[in-house]
Amino acid sequence: MKLIEAIIKPFKLDEVKDALLEIGIQGMTVTEVKGFGRQKGHKETYRGQEYTIEFVPKVKIEVAVPDSQVQRVLDTITRTAKTGSIGDGKIFVRDLGMAVRIRTGETGDTAL
Amino acid sequence: MSTRLAVVLGAGLGMLCASLVGVPEASAQVAALKVDTGDTAWVLMSSALVLVMLVPGLALFYGGLVRSKNVLGTIMQSFMILSVVSLLWILIGYSLAFGPDKGGVIGGLDWVGLNGVGVDPHPTYGPTIPHQAFMFFQMMFAAITPALIAGAFAERKRFSAMVTFSALWSLFVYAPLAHWIWGGGWLAKLGALDFAGGAVVHISSGAAALVCAIVLGKRRGYGTDYMAPHNLPMTLLGTGLLWFGWFGFNGGSALGANGVAISAIVATHTAASMGAVVWCLAEWMHRGKPTVLGVASGAVAGLATVTPASGYIGPFAALLIGAAAGLACYFAIVWKGRFGYDDSLDVVGIHGVGGVLGILATGLFASKAINSGGADGLLYGNPSFFGVQVLMVVVVAVFSAVVTFLLLKLIDGMTKLRVEPEEEATGLDLSQHNERAYS
Repeated sequence: MKLIEAIIKPFKLDEVKDALLEIGIQGMTVTEVKGFGRQKGHKETYRGQEYTIEFVPKVKIEVAVPDSQVQRVLDTITRTAKTGSIGDGKIFVRDLGMAVRIRTGETGDTAL
Repeated sequence: MSTRLAVVLGAGLGMLCASLVGVPEASAQVAALKVDTGDTAWVLMSSALVLVMLVPGLALFYGGLVRSKNVLGTIMQSFMILSVVSLLWILIGYSLAFGPDKGGVIGGLDWVGLNGVGVDPHPTYGPTIPHQAFMFFQMMFAAITPALIAGAFAERKRFSAMVTFSALWSLFVYAPLAHWIWGGGWLAKLGALDFAGGAVVHISSGAAALVCAIVLGKRRGYGTDYMAPHNLPMTLLGTGLLWFGWFGFNGGSALGANGVAISAIVATHTAASMGAVVWCLAEWMHRGKPTVLGVASGAVAGLATVTPASGYIGPFAALLIGAAAGLACYFAIVWKGRFGYDDSLDVVGIHGVGGVLGILATGLFASKAINSGGADGLLYGNPSFFGVQVLMVVVVAVFSAVVTFLLLKLIDGMTKLRVEPEEEATGLDLSQHNERAYS
C-alpha cells in the first residue's frame, strides 16, 4: 500500500477528483494548504507599499491505494492537474504500513 | 421660538446659565434680511451630504484600509467624533468659531448654547438662509475635520485618548482656525480665501496627522508584517460616498442655490476625475500596474485639493489642479517611507499635501469673473493675494502642528495615548470594544 500526496492548484481540484473517481478510486482526503516551490509567491501593491506574498494557496489531496494502482493514479493526477505553467505542484508517494476500516475492522488492501 | 429652545437646552444641561440670558439679536438690519427657500433647501441638503461624507463615507473608506481586527475600532472613530464634536459645537464651538469677533483671534461667547442663533438670517453668514442653517452646515465641517486625522493614528490609539484628543482639538485648533479664516478673524481681514476648507479642514488635519504619527510612533510590525487593506470594496464604497458628499461640501459653501454653487460643483467633479486619471497613469508608468486603490486615492486627492479653490475658478483651472493633485499626492505617498513615520492611512500625503497645493492654487487661479465676491489670483495680476495665501499655509500648518503636539502631551499625562502591545496585537475591535466585525 502507498499513500499518495498530491499538492495541486486549487482550481484543478474538481477535474482531478472526477478523473480519480473514473479510474475507480473510492475515497480521498483534501486539505487547503499554503506553500511555495520554484514559483515563489506574488507581489501586491497598495499605494506604492509592496508586499511579497511567499506562501501561495494550494490544495493537498491524499489517496491511499494498493501497490497495483499507484502508477495509474500518478498518471491520472499528472495528466489532469497539469497546466504547463510554473506552480502546478508536486506528488509525493510514501509507504503505508497499515490501513483499518473502522466500521468492520478489515485491514490491509481490503480496507482501502 | 428657536431662541427659547436654545435657552431650554442650555439650562437643561445646567451649563453656562449666566450667559444664556443674553438678548437675541433683533436689529433693524437683521430683520430686513429675507430667507430664500431655494437657498435654504440647498444648504440643508448640503449639510446632509457632508454628513454622508463622514458616516458612512470616511468610516468605510478608512475601515476598509485597516486590518480586519481593527475595522470596528476605525469605524467607531468616525461615529464617535461626529457625535461628540456636534454636541460641543452646539454648546460652545460655534460661538468660538463664528461668534462676534474678539480682536481677530477668536469668537466671543455670546452664542454659547446657540443663544441668539435663530431662524433669522445673519448678514454675513448667508444673508438668505436661516442663521441656524449656516451653523448646522458648519457643524458638519467641524465634525469631519478631526475624523480625518484619525487615519494617521489608526490601529493603535486608545479609544479614550482618541475621544479626548478629538474633542479638545475641535475646540483649540479647529474653532480658532475657522474663526481666523471664515469667522471674520485676522486672516480673513488680510484677504485670505479658502472657499470650502483647504486650510481650515485639510491643511489643519494634515499637519495634525503628521504630529500624531510621529508622537504615537509606528504600528507594531510596521515594515515587516503584512498590513494590506483588509477590504478594498469597502474602501471604494466609502470613496464613492465621499465623492458624492463633496458636491455638498464645496457646492454648499456657496451658501445658496446659485451660479457659484454650480461652478464649484463642476470644478470639484473635474478635479476629482482628473486626479483619478493622473494617479492611475502615474502608478501605471511608475510601477507597471494601474491599481483600484490608486484611482480611489487620486479622486480623493483631487477633491481635497480643489476644495479651497472650487468657488473661485473655472473648469480649466480645476483640470490643472486635479492633475497636480494626482501627481503630487502619489509621489508624496510613495516617498513617505523615506521619512520613517507611520501615517497609516496617508492623511499627510493626501489631505496635507492636497490642502497646501489647493490654497496655493487658489492664489494662482482665483478670478473675480467666476466669483465677484472672491479675488483675482497671481495669474490675473494680483501677486499680493498670492502672498496672503502663502502666509495662510504657513500659519495654519504651524498653529495646528504646535497645538496638536501640546494636546497629545497633555492627554499622554492623563491616560496613555497608545493601547498596550498585547491589545495592539489582538486588535482594537476586541481590546477596546469587546466586539468582532467578522465572526
